[in-house]
Amino acid sequence: MIPFEITYHRPRSIEEAVHLFDTLQQQGKKPLYYGGGTEIITLSRLHLVAADAVIDIKHIPECRTLEFNPHELVLGSALPLTTLEEANPFPLLTKAAREVADRTARNQITLGGNICGQIFYRETVLPLLLSDSQAVIAGKDGVKQCSIHDVFLQHIRLKPGQFLVQMKVDRSYASLPHFHRKRRKQGKVGYPLVTAAAIKKDGQIRVALSGVCPFPFRSKEMEERLNARHLPLHDRIEGAIRALPRPILDDIEGSAAYRLFVLKQMLFDMIDELGGE
Amino acid sequence: MESSTKCEMQLLVNGETKSVVARQGDTLLFVLRNELGLTGAKPGCLNGDCGACTALVDGTPIKSCMMLAIETVGKEITTIEGLHNTPIQRAFVEHFAFQCGYCTPGFIMNAYALTETKPDADDATIQEWLESNICRCTSYQEIEAAVKEVLRQKRKTE
Ligand SMILES: Cc1cc2nc3c(=O)[nH]c(=O)nc-3n(C[C@H](O)[C@H](O)[C@H](O)COP(=O)(O)OP(=O)(O)OC[C@H]3O[C@@H](n4cnc5c(N)ncnc54)[C@H](O)[C@@H]3O)c2cc1C
Ligand code: FES
Ligand code: FES
Repeated sequence: MIPFEITYHRPRSIEEAVHLFDTLQQQGKKPLYYGGGTEIITLSRLHLVAADAVIDIKHIPECRTLEFNPHELVLGSALPLTTLEEANPFPLLTKAAREVADRTARNQITLGGNICGQIFYRETVLPLLLSDSQAVIAGKDGVKQCSIHDVFLQHIRLKPGQFLVQMKVDRSYASLPHFHRKRRKQGKVGYPLVTAAAIKKDGQIRVALSGVCPFPFRSKEMEERLNARHLPLHDRIEGAIRALPRPILDDIEGSAAYRLFVLKQMLFDMIDELGGE
Repeated sequence: MESSTKCEMQLLVNGETKSVVARQGDTLLFVLRNELGLTGAKPGCLNGDCGACTALVDGTPIKSCMMLAIETVGKEITTIEGLHNTPIQRAFVEHFAFQCGYCTPGFIMNAYALTETKPDADDATIQEWLESNICRCTSYQEIEAAVKEVLRQKRKTE
């Protein structure tokens, strides 16, 4: 139960959603776009989310698109993760999605919600960072498309009133050799100690991580070190660890030292599997 | 003071249209239990973790503590009260797949959806689906046996 009063709105088009947001804001209200609603509802209970209105984007056709044209995959932001898994247009994204929460929760958690949420693991963004995907964003100025790297740096950076409509991925990425591994403190459901996703493109390994820092990221510095094949493997991996952004997470799920230990083993496995020796 | 956002909603629950007056921020779990007297879906963690509140919306299992009732307007809601002597209910009894029974409605709704939509489910799929629910009495082996029994019977009769 959301412990404060909110109004619920169900626009049928992008224009209607953007207009609603603007109107509500002009009335002095705080609206929120609403995907699966799982984070909005559960964090409201803890008073970690505040809003006067939610704008449910699940009935906007563009947000429900799941299209494979010859060149690109178009993934609507309001698609539940299980829909993406079953259609499996991008195997690395399927693997990332499948490790989020549990199957029933993933019938509700949406792609856009996972990317834009405040719970900082945002594991489905990893394949989208690796594939240099494009984000389709709607706002008062209309709909625009830009590189994910322009709008996602640790977290989504949208202007007030904007929302994520779709992600577009060049189809060539869907068939590249890839690696995905999630390690938890225990069990098969839960937040990661470390999640690593990687692809190999043109002989070069690209890597993105969640659970290591309080944000997901892809690091060019780490990639440079991992791909420095003139060096011994051990040095490449030590170099990649030194190039990690800071801070390293140090919490009840795992200490910083333990996360780095787990990550290091994972990087060895990744290079072994992707053949980057 | 905040003004109330209560409104009338028509919900299709277990094949019957019900008219309820609820706050727009009320979860489906809250409305089922407190407005409709359908107490089969259980409040557990209220955080999406335990699955005790699982119901079906258009045949898909969802955690009703993480869905607003108003979101389900125009959809078909099924709760444990809507299942009558189904194979999965019988199998739970025959396999002693519960002890205190608190988790049972949630497990049955999830397992019912699994056996209805994925009769060819392999062990990995069964495990993936059942991991959505927690049983504090640890009846996991018996629950798995009940689900497998229903799937076996289904395959035999198809
Ligand atoms: C039980 C449970 C387990 C979880 N486990 C994991 C896990 O293992 N790994 C992991 O990465 N995450 C995990 N999460 C976090 C989850 O992925 C996020 O909380 C996610 O936000 C939920 O998606 P949603 O569609 O329900 O989001 P919502 O609750 O709808 O929205 C969350 C936030 O994102 C914003 N938002 C939603 N969609 C859009 C959009 N299209 N454009 C702009 N803003 C938008 C909303 O305004 C809100 O601020 C878990 C969450 C739960 C409840
Ligand atoms: S009460 Fe809904 S998942 Fe626990
Ligand atoms: S039977 Fe008691 S919680 Fe499952």
